[in-house]
Amino acid sequence: MNYTATEIMTIGAARALGNNDVCFVGIGLPSVACNLARRTHAPGVTLVYESGTIAAKPSVLPLSIGDGELCETALTTVPVPEMFRYWLQGGRITVGFLGGAQVDRFGNLNSTVIGDYRKPKVRLPGAGGATEIANCCGRIFMIMRHHARAMVENLDFLTTLGHGPTGQERRQLGILTAGPVLLVTDLCMMQPEPDTNEFIVTALHPGVSREQVCQNTGWAVRFADAVRETEPPSEQELEALRDLNASTERAHAGRAAAV
Amino acid sequence: MALFQQLPAAVSSLVHDGDSVALEGFTHLIPFAAGHEIIRQGRRNLTLIRMTPDLIYDQMIGSGCARKLVFSWGGNPGVGSLHRLRDAIEHGWPNPIEIEEHSHSAMAHAYSAGAAGMPSAFFRGYLGTELPAVNPNIRFLDCPFTGQRLACVPAHRPDVAIIHAQRADRAGNVLLEGIVGIQKEAILSAKRSLVTVEEVVDDLGTTSPNTVVLPSWTITAIAVVPGGAHPSYAHGYYSRDNSFYVAWDDIAKDRESFAVWMRQHVLEVGPDVFGERAALCE
Repeated sequence: MNYTATEIMTIGAARALGNNDVCFVGIGLPSVACNLARRTHAPGVTLVYESGTIAAKPSVLPLSIGDGELCETALTTVPVPEMFRYWLQGGRITVGFLGGAQVDRFGNLNSTVIGDYRKPKVRLPGAGGATEIANCCGRIFMIMRHHARAMVENLDFLTTLGHGPTGQERRQLGILTAGPVLLVTDLCMMQPEPDTNEFIVTALHPGVSREQVCQNTGWAVRFADAVRETEPPSEQELEALRDLNASTERAHAGRAAAV
Repeated sequence: MALFQQLPAAVSSLVHDGDSVALEGFTHLIPFAAGHEIIRQGRRNLTLIRMTPDLIYDQMIGSGCARKLVFSWGGNPGVGSLHRLRDAIEHGWPNPIEIEEHSHSAMAHAYSAGAAGMPSAFFRGYLGTELPAVNPNIRFLDCPFTGQRLACVPAHRPDVAIIHAQRADRAGNVLLEGIVGIQKEAILSAKRSLVTVEEVVDDLGTTSPNTVVLPSWTITAIAVVPGGAHPSYAHGYYSRDNSFYVAWDDIAKDRESFAVWMRQHVLEVGPDVFGERAALCE
């Protein structure tokens, strides 16, 4: 079956989730990947959205982190302060799924501004839950489209700590959680090198060349000694993903009032 | 005891120029009708507090109500930017706006501290990020028992908190359910409060003794506005108008189309339009 770069990225990210994971889900690509995992190899994965919905089982992808569908299908819904205190800060979440406008080689993220903070060229949404998700979840997976404007040598602003500006600060600050352990893009899979914590390419998606990755990465990207080829999406994975996207599109196609 | 009022009278008596105001509701139950009334009454120099400014603060900022914004995530969920918020920060239109920027966790802790009568809140957060460098209200302290480095932010104590809820009983007790967000904390942290509700009933009809109920004596005023959360939603009454959230991107991208929409759908109408908008989303 043919597939797109976005599809293999989403499926690659979904595969990283296990049946026993408790996952803090952000909207957008992370939400697609997490719900795909639940529909394929990890039916037992627990999806937690920051609106307070624990073990949500949406039949279509929500547009926001607080769509009614999440609450209606959740095991329980807790107030927002409790979500951040007991569940996130309390260490109950095994995986946090994050994206951002920019990532650097040590997995630090910017979702605040492009340009100067006081005079931004582009004002981005900001931290949201990300700073503490990155701090408190057992591990962090990241999913982003691969281009040089997003994979940068220097972040315009450090919103969310990965391994720190030199790759060592996370450890030095005494943070005990693992931080970013996987970066999935539409070209490849990257993982932090032991000791340096620099993200290096560990698998290329089928048909993607090293040159393509280098050209689309803002730093001098390095490759693992043995670079694997990502297993192509199976028919079952692709069907589940397309079905999820199609039913989501149908569900959100209503007419807006007051337009 | 909460006073039942018409929305214009309640906003007029509770929200003054220069106030700090928190209109809360985490995606669910966002008090749009009350926000529109504040815009119609031409309030200025407000400090707007909200975890996710959402469309309601985009509209209020674009209408020139705000002097300052205290927030943690300023996007249109699942859609993209809040263009009026961006225009204010990037180009000072319609007026320059001061920002105090936090994380969600910090905002949640700050409301809880306000509700708990604490001067500040501390938690595990912000370590290694650049946010403390641009927000002097993010500081750190060491736990006196373990020495652990903790982030500290001042409590939120808004002059006015405004929320939307499903219903009130005739004595003015208010029920909310579903994604209850930060609304209880916002009300209990504020000096004055306004709750808009879908309806007033003889019996709140609580299905569990643990349903969130705000006693009448914690609320200053209640206004009945059916549909008052549209295009956000009221669990059990109507769904989130996701199509409107998508449509807002184009409306708000341009100053002129924004002004036209605000004139037609906010300035020249009243709170009674919300009922039919929400009815389309049932």
